[in-house]
Amino acid sequence: MSGRLFARAAALALLAGAAIGALPAAAQDVAITNATLVIGDGSAPIAQGTVVIRAGRIVAAGANVTVPQGMEAVDAAGRYVTPGIVGGFSRVGLIEIDAVDGSNDADASESIYGPAIDIAPALNPLGVPVGVNRMNGVTRALVFPGASAGLFDGRGALVDLGSDHNMVTRAGLFQYAELGETGAERAGGTRAAAILTFRTLLAEAAEFARNPAAYDGRSRDALLNRADAAALGRVLDGRDRLFIKVSRASDILAVINLLRDYPRIKATLVGAQEGWMVAGEIAAAHLPVIASALTDLPANFEQLAATQSNIGRMRAAGVTVGIGLVDDNETHRLAYARQYAGNLVALRHVAGATGLDWDQAFATITSGPAAAAGVDDVVGTLRPGRVGDVVIWDGDPLEVTSAPAMVWIDGVAQSLVSRQTELLRRYMEPREGNLPNAYDPR
Amino acid sequence: MRFRNALLLGAAISLLSGCAMGGGTNAPPASASNNNAASATPASDPVNPNPFPSTYRAYPSQPTAIVGGTILDGEGARIDNGTVLLRDGRVEAVGGADLAIPAGYTRIDARGRYVTPGIIDIHSHLGAYPSPAIASTSDGNEATSPTTPEVWVEHSVWPQDPGFGRALVNGGVTSLQILPGSANLMGGRSVVLKNVPARTVQGMKFPGAPYGLKMACGENPKRVYGSRGRMPSTRMGNFAVNRQTWARAAEYRRRVDAGERVARDIGMETLADVLRGNILVQNHCYRADEMVQVLDMAREFGYRVSAFHHAVEAYKIADILADNHVCVAMWADWWGFKLEAYDSIPENIALVERAGGCAIVHSDDENQIQRLNQEAAKALAAGRRAGINITDEAAMRWLTINPANALGIGERTGSLKPGKMADVVMWNGNPFSVYTRPERVWIDGAVMYDMYDPAMRPVSDFELGQPGEGDTK
Repeated sequence: MSGRLFARAAALALLAGAAIGALPAAAQDVAITNATLVIGDGSAPIAQGTVVIRAGRIVAAGANVTVPQGMEAVDAAGRYVTPGIVGGFSRVGLIEIDAVDGSNDADASESIYGPAIDIAPALNPLGVPVGVNRMNGVTRALVFPGASAGLFDGRGALVDLGSDHNMVTRAGLFQYAELGETGAERAGGTRAAAILTFRTLLAEAAEFARNPAAYDGRSRDALLNRADAAALGRVLDGRDRLFIKVSRASDILAVINLLRDYPRIKATLVGAQEGWMVAGEIAAAHLPVIASALTDLPANFEQLAATQSNIGRMRAAGVTVGIGLVDDNETHRLAYARQYAGNLVALRHVAGATGLDWDQAFATITSGPAAAAGVDDVVGTLRPGRVGDVVIWDGDPLEVTSAPAMVWIDGVAQSLVSRQTELLRRYMEPREGNLPNAYDPR
Repeated sequence: MRFRNALLLGAAISLLSGCAMGGGTNAPPASASNNNAASATPASDPVNPNPFPSTYRAYPSQPTAIVGGTILDGEGARIDNGTVLLRDGRVEAVGGADLAIPAGYTRIDARGRYVTPGIIDIHSHLGAYPSPAIASTSDGNEATSPTTPEVWVEHSVWPQDPGFGRALVNGGVTSLQILPGSANLMGGRSVVLKNVPARTVQGMKFPGAPYGLKMACGENPKRVYGSRGRMPSTRMGNFAVNRQTWARAAEYRRRVDAGERVARDIGMETLADVLRGNILVQNHCYRADEMVQVLDMAREFGYRVSAFHHAVEAYKIADILADNHVCVAMWADWWGFKLEAYDSIPENIALVERAGGCAIVHSDDENQIQRLNQEAAKALAAGRRAGINITDEAAMRWLTINPANALGIGERTGSLKPGKMADVVMWNGNPFSVYTRPERVWIDGAVMYDMYDPAMRPVSDFELGQPGEGDTK
């Protein structure tokens, strides 16, 4: 082992001693100075900026911010300092290993419940994917329920990826519905049946809301039990946002049409692979979108027109867009959002394509998802009052070769050790020494 | 489901689940050509070793000089302000700014750009699991028996898969190996293609490329067959079925090579050709301990593993893999989708490289094949962060000559060496950056993609007359 490798391994070992399972305590007050500061709202980076975190929240960020007297200051030495990445579509905390059933709490398609299923109590903050995403700069995420038996899959949450026992920021933030091909299949076979079912379920929820005591969820006609009816009532009156997964242009228009009958519903589109074809209509309906950035294949018959220009064209039409790993690597590799955003910057050079400039692209992985979920007052930028999720990067945060150097979540400095860094430490030199590899010299 | 190939969900399976050497522009076949099998087959029982011959022909090309770029030659060399000459479908010369450019050459300004060999993906299911991914097109796993060496994936490949074109224009992929899936211990023959659209699979087949045999370790075969109450249902069952099958193949080969009359057995013909060294084993295997057991099994029966694929635990045995001269095809950072992928680390590829091994970046995915350069960049950066110093020009081997060698086509393509196929990508920047894209791609000297010319992009039959036809994808 070379001297440099040994030094690296030793440094990792030192970090590891304090790492796994050791949960940090309170937020520190800290100022990060001399930063290439990215606010996350689509504005250009600020040279030599400062961000101040106090009591777990951002109190100031900008060029002319002074460090409060006595506050700890970290010199970013000109490196990029940004809000943490916000996973726009994830199952982090719900799944440890996809194919290990007992560790996978995404799908509940055999449950008698659908919309009433609230994923929050299933979250496991100590799961390895939480730590791996954290060390890759993802600090917060929207966690979606997996499949239910019906159109409404349940209530999703905004979570943090901090190293502590509570990852819930907002439980029950939104309801998740799937239309298009999936909805058609679950509703009995057709899109028309899905739309009818959607309307009927909401009508029953309204009936429940008018007089819960009188609602007979067990009658022969009832599609909704009482718990599910109550959950959909929260959608009807706008308490819970409704995320609707839909892909085909005509299906998007059908959803826009449908939502006209429910003026209090706050809706967001998910997927929207053909959204660019009806971008004007989406913008006019004030529907934000969580989209997967680089989907460009006709993977099925509802995304024949998928293109990497989808997000750029929707943004150009005025649609609020956040990147989400929709049916992608939504548990283990949320940091792909950075790579995807970087690809949208590169796309601008291709004839006929529409990409994003760097500032807009970065916003699609921070304030974009936050705004699409209606929580941009909480997270997604370094504006005052937002959660103290801040990352210092060792390079351009949209570049695939870059990685976080330091991460704070809710103002708490985070360990960047994970099971992956532990495996690296053990196998930097794979050959056995005087003892088997299982005996780690610490 | 993006993992349908790697994870291979049981549900997915049950639901969906003339001139071989080409024209005058092509080099002679590699020494490992399956044609060698013919010499071992008695004249009394003639077996055509190449019944589905390549009809690929290089498209017309102009003598071309690519001038002023940073050349990463694919074998670990770098030339700044270099010149690459292409002529008659071949790399004619590679040199510095002093390399003379003959009259009559089309001059391409590569200043500020990088010039590399075409990207080669050693692990793809394009065409066999094409887009759209529906039951009608799910042709990648003959999951009806744990050993199906008799199937040839080229009979499943749909040349109209739009994924081929995406891999070309977004990824600079010029050659790729299509493999059967991993449901079976022995999944069947692979096929190596040039990434040029054609009406037929034969029209895409890489002239003279040896065949591969797809094998699979671990969770997939035991899950698929165990769930049906048949062998194998365990890893020991995996090895038992493999060894029994190799024993039969050895006997079949002995009889054929001894000139005995045998009834043709299409599967055994493939396995016998593996034992003769004419067909290359491409072995899906995640776990370190299983890979080393496979190496012992290969020694027992006298075959070689050309490459382990996926190999997320290669870093644990990087020394052993290097000592055994086995290539290792890996992802940069896929992990966690099943237990045998739980120990993946981002430094895997760099650690294989550091040990002196043959590292390859592969996709196994219709999306990731469109940005293998970025996957290599991630692996390179992870290695450097761990203190492993790897140059850009060394890392370019992961995408070019290393996969070419593991496919038995390294004498023909995979680097910018005079006489090799003119499979070349000019990138609009350093290919190890997220901001870089293929600007122009040549295959056998013919321009097949130009970033600035919307007419120079393939549109598959499937996409004609559909929403988005001809769009920049």
